[in-house]
Amino acid sequence: MSREPYLLANGRVLRYSYAERLVHWLAGVSYVYLMLTGLAFWSPWLFWIAVVLGGTTVSRELHPWFGVAFVVAVLLMYRMWSSQMKETPADKEWWAAVEHYVRNEDEKMPSADRFNPGQKLLFWGFFWNGILLLLSGLILWLPQYIPWSLRFLRYLAVIVHPVCALLTIGLFIIHVYMGTVIERGAFGSVMRGDVSRAWADRHHHSWFQQLLRDAESRK
Amino acid sequence: MSQATLEIRAISGHAGSVPGEGVKREFEVCKLIDTTTCIGCKACEVACLEWNGLTFSDTTFDNSYQTMPDTAWNYWNLIKFNEHEREDGTFQLLMRKDQCMHCEEPGCLAACPADGAIVQYANGIVDFQQEHCIGCGYCITGCPFNIPKFSPTARKVFKCTLCNDRVTQGLEPACIKSCPTGCLHFGTKPEMKELAETRAAQLRDHSGFANAGVYDPEGVGGTHVIYVLHDASNPEAYGGLPKNPAIPLTVQIWKKPLKWIGNLAIIGGLVGVFAHYLRFGPKVVEEDQKTGQGEKR
Repeated sequence: MSREPYLLANGRVLRYSYAERLVHWLAGVSYVYLMLTGLAFWSPWLFWIAVVLGGTTVSRELHPWFGVAFVVAVLLMYRMWSSQMKETPADKEWWAAVEHYVRNEDEKMPSADRFNPGQKLLFWGFFWNGILLLLSGLILWLPQYIPWSLRFLRYLAVIVHPVCALLTIGLFIIHVYMGTVIERGAFGSVMRGDVSRAWADRHHHSWFQQLLRDAESRK
Repeated sequence: MSQATLEIRAISGHAGSVPGEGVKREFEVCKLIDTTTCIGCKACEVACLEWNGLTFSDTTFDNSYQTMPDTAWNYWNLIKFNEHEREDGTFQLLMRKDQCMHCEEPGCLAACPADGAIVQYANGIVDFQQEHCIGCGYCITGCPFNIPKFSPTARKVFKCTLCNDRVTQGLEPACIKSCPTGCLHFGTKPEMKELAETRAAQLRDHSGFANAGVYDPEGVGGTHVIYVLHDASNPEAYGGLPKNPAIPLTVQIWKKPLKWIGNLAIIGGLVGVFAHYLRFGPKVVEEDQKTGQGEKR
């Protein structure tokens, strides 16, 4: 947890610290590159993406290095956030009511902590798929070093890598859609860090109330 | 444009049509290797190195005639020496010239994501076009025969071309040209198949090799390099020739059903979020609207 004060002097609330924002965008930028070049290798109809991004051979050479950067970001996120991403009993209620969330009837939702269960799913989805993408990706990076007797590793990697990538693409589409289009104020929070008090109270009621109680107890 | 593209019937990583598909009246070529008359002289290895101008590499010694463990990016043709003990305890030295099998359904080509890096000509030759290769090595995984090899200097993959450059000029491949015993033959696939079956029958009927037969595996649609084996029931004894080679199952799943499922899921996801927006729109915090904070970012 950051030592930065959460309740800012200008009346707004600090949602993400500078470090959290940096790590998020290390993951974000590297993931977008990985997704685009990965899609180029996935389908002949999208191979042109690799041409646009600097050449097909360059894309093949850089894709694994961006993968390393992405995994570093994921591990940093694990360090920063894993304790706040733990599943709680209240999460079941949230999922039971998720239809209201989809319909933007947020006033009918159980109150969420700093991260709501949907965000937790996103986090763990990217974490576990990231680990599997790393392991299969290492094999695909250097297939010439996998001896013939261990070829089943390569056979495994060529199926694990695209399956996990497709799962993250699903998460990514929803994450970007919600973070930019749906949740007005969310994109700002991950750029400059702050949200309004009303926003914090609406979307992360339990977290915001705890911040208020903490501030009160410090007085 | 070169006429040569009209002789291409399959292209790796290719969206759209193939210029030579069903266009050319072309004989399918075939190399026949009669392992029963190979004397292991390695003339074919030298001829391959010379014709293709490949760089030299160190040999190894492992107490046998085997001078190299395996084919390499600069060594496309290698005789595999196998000291085989028969059931009756007698010894047999099995020698098999190993190289690309030029599959009718090539796993390398199926796995390759790079447009035009692997092509299959109308005559059946499967050829790598290194200028289009991105060096990903998926072909290494797609091949059931362990043939494509990665060059760490070029960072591309290389293999036997079946001397495509010679064949298009009406010449036989360099290895065939050099064989002193006539165990190598080159011609059309039906001719070679017939010759191979005749030889196998001869081995069965007159030489006491009851299991002699022809290796032309169906799992990859047949190959444009076929073997006559003393014992066709045990191809593994010939230095790991797979009994039922096929494109690895996971490569098949990845390139066919998974591709469809994945593409539909991605398109479905994009359409889905767009439809959601049209129906429900953004989540707006009313108080922010009043104070103008919601519009700030």
